[in-house]
Amino acid sequence: MFTIDFQAFLDALPYMGKGMLGIFVVTAVIVLVVSALNNIPEKKDKKNND
Amino acid sequence: MGVLLENFSTVTFSQVAMWIIGAVLIFLAIKKEMEPSLLLPMGFGAILINLPNSGAQHIIDVMFRVGIDNEFGELMPLILFIGIGAMIDFTPLLTNPKLMLFGAAAQFGIFFTLCLASLLGFDLKDAASIGIIGAADGPTAIAVSMELGSKYIGAIMVAAYSYMALVPLVQPPIIKLCTTKKERLIRMDNTAGKAPSKLTKILFPIVVTIIVGLVAPDAVALIGFLMFGNLIRECGVLNSLSETAQKVLANLVTIFLGITIAARMRAEEFLTVDTLLIIALGLFAFIFDTFAGVMLAKFMNLFSKKKINPMIGAAGISAFPMSARVVHKMGLEEDNQNFLLMHSIGVNVSGQIASVIAGGLILTFFR
Repeated sequence: MFTIDFQAFLDALPYMGKGMLGIFVVTAVIVLVVSALNNIPEKKDKKNND
Repeated sequence: MGVLLENFSTVTFSQVAMWIIGAVLIFLAIKKEMEPSLLLPMGFGAILINLPNSGAQHIIDVMFRVGIDNEFGELMPLILFIGIGAMIDFTPLLTNPKLMLFGAAAQFGIFFTLCLASLLGFDLKDAASIGIIGAADGPTAIAVSMELGSKYIGAIMVAAYSYMALVPLVQPPIIKLCTTKKERLIRMDNTAGKAPSKLTKILFPIVVTIIVGLVAPDAVALIGFLMFGNLIRECGVLNSLSETAQKVLANLVTIFLGITIAARMRAEEFLTVDTLLIIALGLFAFIFDTFAGVMLAKFMNLFSKKKINPMIGAAGISAFPMSARVVHKMGLEEDNQNFLLMHSIGVNVSGQIASVIAGGLILTFFR
């Protein structure tokens, strides 16, 4: 089956662009949400305050 | 006597070749301890399925249909994801969420290999299934290649698990090629940041599932089962379930999965030029994953005051925890006071999430 199909390579390139863009967008959203979660003030343990 | 010897005459050269391949996989598993939990069952399964008129063929086919290729989806890889999710501690990532960007970058090998496989004449679905070897994550590779109906799952699994085991050999030369000695000597701040709260640890798997699910609905099963396992771990009230998922469940599925994959290792399907191409392409996937992770770190260093040791970018592939250890060891080789483990573990677990996102996006594009 060993054939070189340069057109198929060119046709696949947009998937590479869309795939990497998709991963970075989703990752960036997760980074932002996690950063926000990290800023939620922690509820103090009542027992420790007593 | 004739009856006893009758089966000998039906042995073919290609079947013997598969016994040898099976024996090599078993040797690598036992002697070299390369992913033994999967390479050993796969190697033994390859022998079982390639005995002439093997009585095991039917039962392994049934196991394959029940566990991997059934109308309900890829049952076993998804169940294994619960166990993997329960094993992962996301604390290093939650302490420094920016590390996730390296996990994202290190999925480049998947998509570049997809293009290379297309160049070599594979159709798009098979090319995408081959590219997913670069996820460095067995269950994701099985789930995606089965969902796309690839006939190359045997070769894809052998390549994926072999290269995951070979990470300590594959990554260091690429990392050295992409970095200067000065860059490898960069020390990173090891003071632990603010530890994530319990609430953050509980909300993280839920939030990630929702975000990924909204963008790539086809990834919900993959990310959902992974994060479900993690939620069991982090909730604090299901310790017994968490322990079972991490040990008993993961081990049971792993045994079943390894030998079941052999259903796609029949000599007539496996011994082809395509298999050799797939194994070569799998290597490219790992190389370009590593390259992209390192390059993103170098790129970020152009704008950042606090320099990042670019080697940690290479840990963005999903092979956990080998990749993180490789980077840590390389850091110590350059400077015995340079401890990169905390950062590389954070990048490594982010690679696990990113590889599932990549798998989901591939399913969204090609299913």
